[in-house]
Amino acid sequence: DTSLAKQKTDIKTEPSTDGFGNNNANDGRVLSASPGSGSSTGSNKQTAAVTPEDQQTLLAVLQFLKKNKLIESVEILRREAGLPENSLDPKATESAGAGSGGAAAVAEDQPDVRVVLSAYSQQGDPTLYEVYYSDLKKFIETVLDCHRAELSQVFYPLFVHMYLELVYNNHESEAKAFFEKFSGDQECYYEEDLRVLSGLTKKEHMRGNETLLDFRTSKFVLRISRDSYQLLKRHLQERQNNQIWNIIQEHLYIDIFDGMPRSKSQIDAMSGSLAGEAKREANKTKVYYGLLKEPEIELPLDDEDEEAENEEGKPKKKKPKKDSMGSKSKKQDPNAPSQNRIPLPELKDSDKLDKIMYMKEATKRIRLGSDNLPSVCFYTFLNAYQGLTAVDFTDDSSLIAGGFADSTVRVWSVTPKKLRKVKSAADLNLIDKESDDVLERIMDEKTASESKIMYGHSGPVYGISFSPDRNYLLSSSEDGTVRLWSLLTFTCLVAYKGHNYPVWDTQFSPYGYYFVSGGHDRVARLWATDHYQPLRIFSGHLADITCTRFHPNSNYVATGSSDRTIRVWDVLSGNCVRIFTGHKGPIHSLAFSPNGKFLASGATDGRVLLWDIGHGLMMGELKGHTDTIYSLRFSRDGEILASGSMDNTVRLWDVMKAFDDLETDDFTAATGHIHLQDNSQELLLGTYTTKSTPVIHLHFTRRNLLLAAGAFNP
Amino acid sequence: MADREERRFAEVSRESVRLMAEGAGVELGDDVAALLAEDVCYRLREATQSSSQFMRHAKRRKLTVEDFNRALRWSNVEAICGYGAQDALPFRSVKEGELFFVEDRDVNLVELALATNIPKGCAETMVRVNVSYLDGKGNLEPQGTVPTAVQSLSDDLLKYYQQITRAILGEDPHLMKVALLDLQSNSKIAALLPYFVYVISGVKSVSHDLEQLNRLMHMVKSLVQNPYLYLGSYVRSLVSSVMYCILEPLAASINPLNDHWTLRDYAALLLSHIFWTHGDLVSGLYHQIVLSLQKVLSDPVRPLCSHYGAVVGLHALGWKAVERVLFPHLPAYWANLQAVLDDYSVSNAQVKADGHKVYGAILVAVERLLKMKALSLSQSAEGHSGAHPGSVVGAASYRVNSPGLSPPPEPLSEAALGIASHLQVGGAGCHWEEWTPVPLPAMYCELYSFFGDSLAVRFSTGPGFGTHSPCTPSQLSNSRKEPPGPASNLDTTRKMPQLTANLNISPRQDGSPRTDPPPPTTRGAPIYLSGLSREVFPKARFTSPQTTPPAFSFLIGGRQMGQRCQGRRPFQTMFATTPPVSAVPPRTYAHKLPVIGRVGKPVRRWTCSHYSLHLPL
Repeated sequence: DTSLAKQKTDIKTEPSTDGFGNNNANDGRVLSASPGSGSSTGSNKQTAAVTPEDQQTLLAVLQFLKKNKLIESVEILRREAGLPENSLDPKATESAGAGSGGAAAVAEDQPDVRVVLSAYSQQGDPTLYEVYYSDLKKFIETVLDCHRAELSQVFYPLFVHMYLELVYNNHESEAKAFFEKFSGDQECYYEEDLRVLSGLTKKEHMRGNETLLDFRTSKFVLRISRDSYQLLKRHLQERQNNQIWNIIQEHLYIDIFDGMPRSKSQIDAMSGSLAGEAKREANKTKVYYGLLKEPEIELPLDDEDEEAENEEGKPKKKKPKKDSMGSKSKKQDPNAPSQNRIPLPELKDSDKLDKIMYMKEATKRIRLGSDNLPSVCFYTFLNAYQGLTAVDFTDDSSLIAGGFADSTVRVWSVTPKKLRKVKSAADLNLIDKESDDVLERIMDEKTASESKIMYGHSGPVYGISFSPDRNYLLSSSEDGTVRLWSLLTFTCLVAYKGHNYPVWDTQFSPYGYYFVSGGHDRVARLWATDHYQPLRIFSGHLADITCTRFHPNSNYVATGSSDRTIRVWDVLSGNCVRIFTGHKGPIHSLAFSPNGKFLASGATDGRVLLWDIGHGLMMGELKGHTDTIYSLRFSRDGEILASGSMDNTVRLWDVMKAFDDLETDDFTAATGHIHLQDNSQELLLGTYTTKSTPVIHLHFTRRNLLLAAGAFNP
Repeated sequence: MADREERRFAEVSRESVRLMAEGAGVELGDDVAALLAEDVCYRLREATQSSSQFMRHAKRRKLTVEDFNRALRWSNVEAICGYGAQDALPFRSVKEGELFFVEDRDVNLVELALATNIPKGCAETMVRVNVSYLDGKGNLEPQGTVPTAVQSLSDDLLKYYQQITRAILGEDPHLMKVALLDLQSNSKIAALLPYFVYVISGVKSVSHDLEQLNRLMHMVKSLVQNPYLYLGSYVRSLVSSVMYCILEPLAASINPLNDHWTLRDYAALLLSHIFWTHGDLVSGLYHQIVLSLQKVLSDPVRPLCSHYGAVVGLHALGWKAVERVLFPHLPAYWANLQAVLDDYSVSNAQVKADGHKVYGAILVAVERLLKMKALSLSQSAEGHSGAHPGSVVGAASYRVNSPGLSPPPEPLSEAALGIASHLQVGGAGCHWEEWTPVPLPAMYCELYSFFGDSLAVRFSTGPGFGTHSPCTPSQLSNSRKEPPGPASNLDTTRKMPQLTANLNISPRQDGSPRTDPPPPTTRGAPIYLSGLSREVFPKARFTSPQTTPPAFSFLIGGRQMGQRCQGRRPFQTMFATTPPVSAVPPRTYAHKLPVIGRVGKPVRRWTCSHYSLHLPL
């Protein structure tokens, strides 16, 4: 008795497929199917007035007929069904409101009919769900191999939506049976989600589950080649399998591409996220991934130091260094954003000094490569019984900070130079402000100690970040705040409130002033230290934002989420410019390469993925870790990627080789589909185990010494 | 369906729900209970899932109660209190009633509140760095082997190694000094560390040569003090070499003319130094050391010089080690030692001399134990710690103070009784009440029963401390000088007022010849005292004190040399009368200071409190 409704749906949904260019086939189908629909309307009549559902349907059909100006039919139908004339409009809208639920809020162009009809179809015989699904399954198993992999992508979203519909319509036992029967067919990387689903057996449960709500309201994105899509469509229409067709129309976004169907491994590489793959156009925006021009720094200071060095008998270094610096700063990277695209703070004198220090250190940098691996220093946190949750080093590796589960933030000096506070205001009045060493004089020698503890948070500190000038420290906590601490007074300066839920990560911009934070509320926020409200809110992730990173040019922000996607956001516009899918678990670490071209991400699945930001492509997959990767870092010249994991190892990867291998075949840029080689073992340069110490932070010093940190877990 | 669920999740059955409802006074129908049960299961799962997020972000593998509570709190459910302990909760069942519950023992809050042995809490969180992998090549071998990075030594290093070892083990003392100094400050010798450690482990082959042993110990010292060296697991090897020198009956010690005592003292100092500076490199090092010291001490077959080593070793590890090992072991050990000391035969002379050494060492150790204990108690009780900065460990001899403040002692003859009676009387007095209840009095009594007045004198006057020569004149002069001395004296007076006062009582009560109790100004007392003790000792039967030249340059040795002959005295005269006396005081205290017993086996969280050796400090 549902065929009429199905037919209606079919008609109604066709226009929306225009974009895919499938109209030719559809039109024929619609016409040929219409006679059948007429007959079933007749059979429908007898039972029509009995149940409220059927009445609802009738109302909807009436409205549909009326809208299409089929007035005679309206009259006939109404007479036959025994409906009062005036009952039509108000009741129809009412019922539409009641029937819509979470299922069909999407259709805005023809709300009433669509809503009711889809609601109707969802209340079709629940036992048939199994039939529909296994029918499709049978079909996909029999198609040509080249299409099978692509079409198999449909299984998971269909399965989930069918299950949710059953649950939503209170067919509890059918839902369980359905789940039982088909959950084993799903890809193993959906196991986590299936576990959540299996616990969910009641409509009431869905209400509070935001992740599921998102799943229902957002469209699951699939990429299917045109050939495969046609195949699927033809099949569904032949079988009148409108149940499934409906779901595909409403909850799936099928991104059709021309060309060869993808292989299973290609698909597996990209799938796994909560909402399917990224649409291709989502990654088409131009990203200015180049680095900003380094400001010219007057060299006299530098020369002085160089002269000092010359006395020690190293005259050689001077010239090449000057040259390299000069050429670097003069050349403007074509991929770089304009210098003032994002207003950046002006350099202070101390920053310039620091830059000079940086350059001097850089000349002593060890060039790393597959045959020249870095030394590793491990900073072990001992007696951290309260739980070490976050670590950060300053860029010059002089300070190390730890965030702890007991809400404290601790800072240690790694160098012999102790940490000192600024003198009190009264004492500051006494010092000679004209003296050259005034910066030294303001420090209170009595407070010198190796470490300082800062109290203020009221929950575990999950994220921590030093400002580039080493004057501030950011910490984000479970208490929903991000705090800014002064490293001169070791007190809290600001508590940035806005997230209201645990803030999982925060990071300073490489140029200071801005910082980004992300947390349980599924949005990332961009802040400036002197604003108590965020400047930008980046929303789009379907689940918690677990890690946030600034692009080296400060114009972009990358966020990793438990929805298993990575998004790159434009700081200027607040738009999402890249969506990377492929991880099979929540992403817990991100790292930009020093040249800004690449992004590396690590997740609970123990895999590191490499991304080309400019093209929006996956560049490689590094398998080896056996547990969550909590830390990633490129070496200073970008040759080597270090990854630190919960499995108590640090691994070094030859990323240059990974990038080179892939760049040789250029087809990828056009289609967006990469052929990942399984060459993790070749790329793995070394595995370094700790003694029962999970590696939660990595840092390359300016000379390319690798520092790792973690708390000893006896 | 239910079967499937059960395989995957823990399930709360409808019966449980109904029981819980009954517990809350609500009758539930079957259907309601079923619905509720299902919802409860779902909510539990939901909370568990969201709590795992907190676990992941805390970078842990273990889901804690705290994580779960956070998840509850964020979903606006009241958190569940009382399960935050780190340890696993014992889950019990009652067979008859099919009842399962988490065992929840009563906690005596009163005891807890009045407890004095407040746990120090965990050690401070700190960051320690080590180079794990050099140029990507690391030490993948098991501990103790030579790292691969080190195997190929450069010629320079090899030369350096040869020069240094030759210089240290060679004849020229000046050269040795230079070599040791360099070893102590050279930053580039990390690669040679295993070789040096190997050389040092050669102690066993040169046990006949004191000089060589000394040099090797100096080498250890230099290595330990070198700030650029990361000793890592080599600490263990170094410690075992040092322990060898402390404990073994060295071949060199056969000749009584060889001063192996100094070596043992030095090695003990070194041991404590290694332990305090590098103890954290090897887990359980302290326990191992303490255990092996204890083993030696409790082995009667071992020669006395080994026992001596064990005692000084314990002493060097700090007063807590003494308290936990030496003190409990003392009664057993005492019998042996006494037998040796009481044997006046000529053939026994040498052994007896050794026995005196041991006696002296024990005396020094327990005295410091008493003092440190008193100090720590008085500090915690009176809370005036400000006046006594400095660490408890090394600075003991300087803090345990100047003679001017020491209380006057009882007459020698009545010492034991005097103490006892005074304890009984004085115990009721306010002085003792002011003390936070400690086992100190009991300990003191027991020790007093062994050492008699020598202990009392030392404890109360402590003149030898910090002075260079422990002889009487200097004591006298010192004590004379003290009164107008610095304010620190006053502090020290306050440190031990109770003992002073109590000790004062006893002479009077006992009707001792010196009926004038020492004036409340402690000024006069020490003079009096020292005069007295001088008087007493000459009277003693013991006429030939071991006249070992007081050549010890070290603190331990020096002190004990000076006091040894005096200390022996009371032991000989008084020992017989002791047992009944010592039996009384603890009991007297037991009822007044109810906490004593508990403090005796102090810290509950280490389960086997009897094996107090296992207690980490």
